[in-house]
This record gives sequence, C-alpha cells and structure tokens, in this order.
Amino acid sequence: MAELMIDARDVTCSFTISRGMFRGKQQLKAVNGVDLTVERGEVLALVGESGCGKTTLAKMLLGLLPQTSGTVELCGQPINDVPRLELARTIQPIFQDPYSSLNPRKTIGSIIALPMKVQGIADQDSMRRRAEETMDMVGLPPRLYNAFPNQLSGGQRQRVAIARALVNRPQIVVCDEPTSALDVSVQSQILNLLNDLRDELNLTYIIISHNLAVVEHIATRVAVMYLGRIVEIADTDTLFKDPQHPYTRALLDSVLTPDPNMDIPNNQLGASYPNPIDPPTGCSFHPRCVNAMPRCATVAPNGKADGGHYVECHLYDDGAN
Amino acid sequence: MSEIDSEVLESQTKSSAFRRRILGHQGVMIGAAIVLAAVLIALSAPFIAPHDPYYQDLLNRLVPPVWDSRGSWEHILGTDHLGRDYLSRLIYGARISLLIGVGAALISGLIGTVLGVAAGYFGGRVDMVVTFMITVRLSMPVVLVALAVVAIVGGSLQVVIMVLGFLLWDRFAVVMRSSTLQIRSMDYVAAAQAVGCSTTRILTTEIMPNVVNNLIVIATLEIAHAIILEAALSFLGLGVQPPLPSWGLMVSEGKDMMLFEPWLITIPGVALFLLVLAINLLGDGARDITAPENRN
Repeated sequence: MAELMIDARDVTCSFTISRGMFRGKQQLKAVNGVDLTVERGEVLALVGESGCGKTTLAKMLLGLLPQTSGTVELCGQPINDVPRLELARTIQPIFQDPYSSLNPRKTIGSIIALPMKVQGIADQDSMRRRAEETMDMVGLPPRLYNAFPNQLSGGQRQRVAIARALVNRPQIVVCDEPTSALDVSVQSQILNLLNDLRDELNLTYIIISHNLAVVEHIATRVAVMYLGRIVEIADTDTLFKDPQHPYTRALLDSVLTPDPNMDIPNNQLGASYPNPIDPPTGCSFHPRCVNAMPRCATVAPNGKADGGHYVECHLYDDGAN
Repeated sequence: MSEIDSEVLESQTKSSAFRRRILGHQGVMIGAAIVLAAVLIALSAPFIAPHDPYYQDLLNRLVPPVWDSRGSWEHILGTDHLGRDYLSRLIYGARISLLIGVGAALISGLIGTVLGVAAGYFGGRVDMVVTFMITVRLSMPVVLVALAVVAIVGGSLQVVIMVLGFLLWDRFAVVMRSSTLQIRSMDYVAAAQAVGCSTTRILTTEIMPNVVNNLIVIATLEIAHAIILEAALSFLGLGVQPPLPSWGLMVSEGKDMMLFEPWLITIPGVALFLLVLAINLLGDGARDITAPENRN
C-alpha cells in the first residue's frame, strides 16, 4: 500500500447566496460530500462539466477555501492544522490561464523566487541559483530571468507558473486545467513536461480537466464529478474501457472526433445542467439520465466499490433490483 | 559576453526604453513642463517675484499689464485695486494652489486608498461598511460642507487643506475598490496565497503595484479638483483669507472691476486653467507610460 497523500472524507463546501434583502439566503453546495484518496505518485484527474465543483474541491485541497464540513488530511495531518508555510511547501497549484497567473509588474525571476522568499530563504545568491535551476528544469532559458510576463508566449508563461509551483519541491501539485488556455501544439509540450517532472521529482498530481484526451494521456486514475459529487472513480484504463455510470458514458461519447464525416456526437444528455442552488431530488443526475428509473427520482444511490472502481448509480446498486 | 555585461546592457536598454516612452508622449512632455515650471516658480517665489506681493502702492492702483498702452515694465502684469504687483501675487499664489492641491490629494488619497483597497480585498462586511461610507460621502455636497465647516472654524490654509482632504476621498475609494476587486480575482493573487504569502505581502507586492497607475490618475484629477475648489472657496471669501495671494482670491477681488479691467480675472483664470490642464495631462500620460502593456 502506497503512502496516502490526500485523504478527504465527506467534504462539503457550501456558499451562501443572498437573493436580495428580503428573500432570505440559500445554500449552494458546490462540493457535496466527496470522499477522495490520492496515493503518492498517482495522477488523479478530476473531470466533469463546468460548475460541477472541480475547482472548488481543488481550492479546498490547497487551503484556499475552508471546507464547510468533513475533513481533508494531507499526508496524515488535518489540513486545517497544517501551518500556512508548511502547507505551501507540500501542495502547490498550477492555474489554467497563464495570462492571469503571473503578476504583470514582476520579473520572471522574482515571480519564481517569491515562494522561496516567503519561506524565509534570505540568501540572494542561493535563491537566484535555485530559481535558475528550476527555470532550466522546466525548459526556460536563463535570459528570461529579468523579463516581464508580457514578453513571454503562453507556453513560456505556463512554464513559469510550473517553475513557481515547483521551486520549493512540493509533493503534490494541483493543476487546474493546465493546458486548456494554450495552443494545441504547446499543450502536448506542457503535458510531457509535467510527466517528466513527475518522474524526476516523485510528484503527485491532481489534474482538473474537461479535455478527456489530456486525461487519458496523463492520468493514472480518473474521478468523474457531477453536481458536487464524485459519481465514478476508476483507473484510467478501466474507466475509458468500461465506463459504468451513465454520465461517464455520456461524457466519453461527447468527445469530438477529427473525422469530418462523423456528426457532432449526441450525448443524450438533453436537458441542461441543473441549478446547483436547487438540485434534483434523489440521484442528482436523473433528469438527464437515459437509464433513469422511478426510484432514481426519490432515493439517492449508494456508492458501490468494486476493487478500485467506485460508482454511484442505482444501476449497480444492490438494492435496485 | 559575460553575464554581468548582458545584465548591464539589459538595464540600460530598459531605462532608455522608458526614457523614450516618456519623450515620445507629447501630453506628458507638455504637462510635465508646465507643472515643473509651476513648482519651480512656487519654490523660488521670493527670488523671482519683482515686488513684495503684500506691498500696497495706492498711487499706482489698477495699472494695466505691459501689453496695454497704459502699462509699463515696472508692473509687468499690472497692479490690483490696492496697487499690489499682480505678477508677484500670481507667483506667490502658485505656492498656495500647489500646496492645497497636493496636501488635499495626499490626505484624501491616503483615506480613500486604505478604504478602497480594504473593501475590494476583504469584501463581505468590510465592503458593506466602506460602500456605505462612500454613499454617505457622495450624498454630501462638497462645496456646501466645506462652506459650513469653514464658516464655523474660520478659513485658513490648514483648514482648507484638511476640509478638502477629508471630503475628496470618495473617488479614490471607488476607483481603488473596483480595481482591487478586479486584481483580487486574478490567479496570481491565488497563487501568492497558495505559496503562503501573508495578507500584507499580497497587498503590498501583488495588489498595490497593479492598482497604482489608477491611483496616479485619480491623484492628479483630485489635485486639480482641489485647486479648483480652493479657488471657488476663496472666491466666495471662505477659503484662504486675504491678504494671502491665492488665485481664487485674486479672481474674487477682481470681479468688481471685471467690465473695465478684465485682465484682473483673466490672468489668474488662465493660470488656474493651465495648471489644472497640465496636471491632468501629466496624470493621463503617467498611466499610459507605466501600463505594463507598453513594456516591450
């Protein structure tokens, strides 16, 4: 059994939405009772539609958002007890948009050196040396040390963001759509870089993406999220070969092919994404599900784990038939 | 080439590019020239003023400027109704105007920036309180409140600076709040949080450098605004008190003779206009020059 890096139990994050002065307040459960474990060296992909809570979950893991209930343990320690600087040394983010993740007023060098400065490394020379080492590792030429972000291309900027995340050698890296803002040609470079760095530095990744090709390429395990819940988790191969949850199947069916003779895929999802302030009763997916049964509308399904393959659907629920 | 050489070269090209950007911006050059001239004149007033601005020469009252057929080089811009040299009063008046403009903008800038940045960054309750304060402040007419305060406390240079400083922070707060809100949602702020930066460090190194160009623009607007308001208050007799040579006061004193001696009000009026215009040009240009998009 490998070392558990992240152990989240029944994690919920809700936001209070005010609907105007006299109409009261409502809870929006962005993440609703998620159980998740990540082992050392794993690459866990979180996939799902926009608004399903992927980013909220990631922000909780990073300590940027407090969890409303449930516990998150990071390397066996509750995340709320980990001091800020230690948390920063353990887990680091890489954001989606490299144009907004770099402060336009700072040089590349000072952006990459910031994490070391915060950790109290006072020695200018060693800081600079380590920053340049890290730049070299992510494939940035040292002449960019004094450049400003607007002088860099999107791919270079993303490399800077990766360097900033890795300069203190964290153990876990949370990548929130690391490639979706980049050109296709640059996407694969960044993905390969992430893959190489994982081997080199023994990293654990959590990758948020809605690009299933990216997920298949890089992930070892995939968690499918829908409306704040994880509805299916499996190894990448298993999930792509044998998707069980109807939502996972719809997701996999909705991938566009490069063949122009094929039509735009019909994912059978029909109705639009439900309003998370007012989620459907029972199984939250039932209004859009092709396999919906009467009990789906009333009873929430229990999760069923078969080896490493977890699925939350009445089709596989023992009590269903 | 060794690394040090390339670094020196780089910093040289950086500063020369900056210089080129300033020199290439006509608005800034004009604005800076006028403001610089005004500052120099204000600083060296005792040395360049041809006469004592307070000396009354009742035999030489209302002498017109030199371009008039009745004018003389003795009083280049003529004399006022008490025979005081108009040029000297104008030169000393620049001191009052700049002092009030900069002083009021400093006080209001400090108040407004603290409130606005706090509201934008922390949001929630803090934002509610600050927004309420801004609304309250906006519902008070500046001139009326200034008049009331000055009428109660009595007008003096310090009182006018304080009153204007405490009344003009609203635009600072509004602009700082909205630009902080905008910057706060950027990923680099989240990255700084994830890296473990303290709130103070985030505010000073991530937020402030990115909102300071807006601050400069608002500051210049407010300097100009304060100068105009001081002139208006002095014109109404409630700003700085005579015999201090304020440009607003000069317009006020000249208004009785406006029909026969129009230069009495056009000269300080033009001075006010030029100074305010120059400050605004300078602020506009400062924003253009410091914007990161222009850095290449």
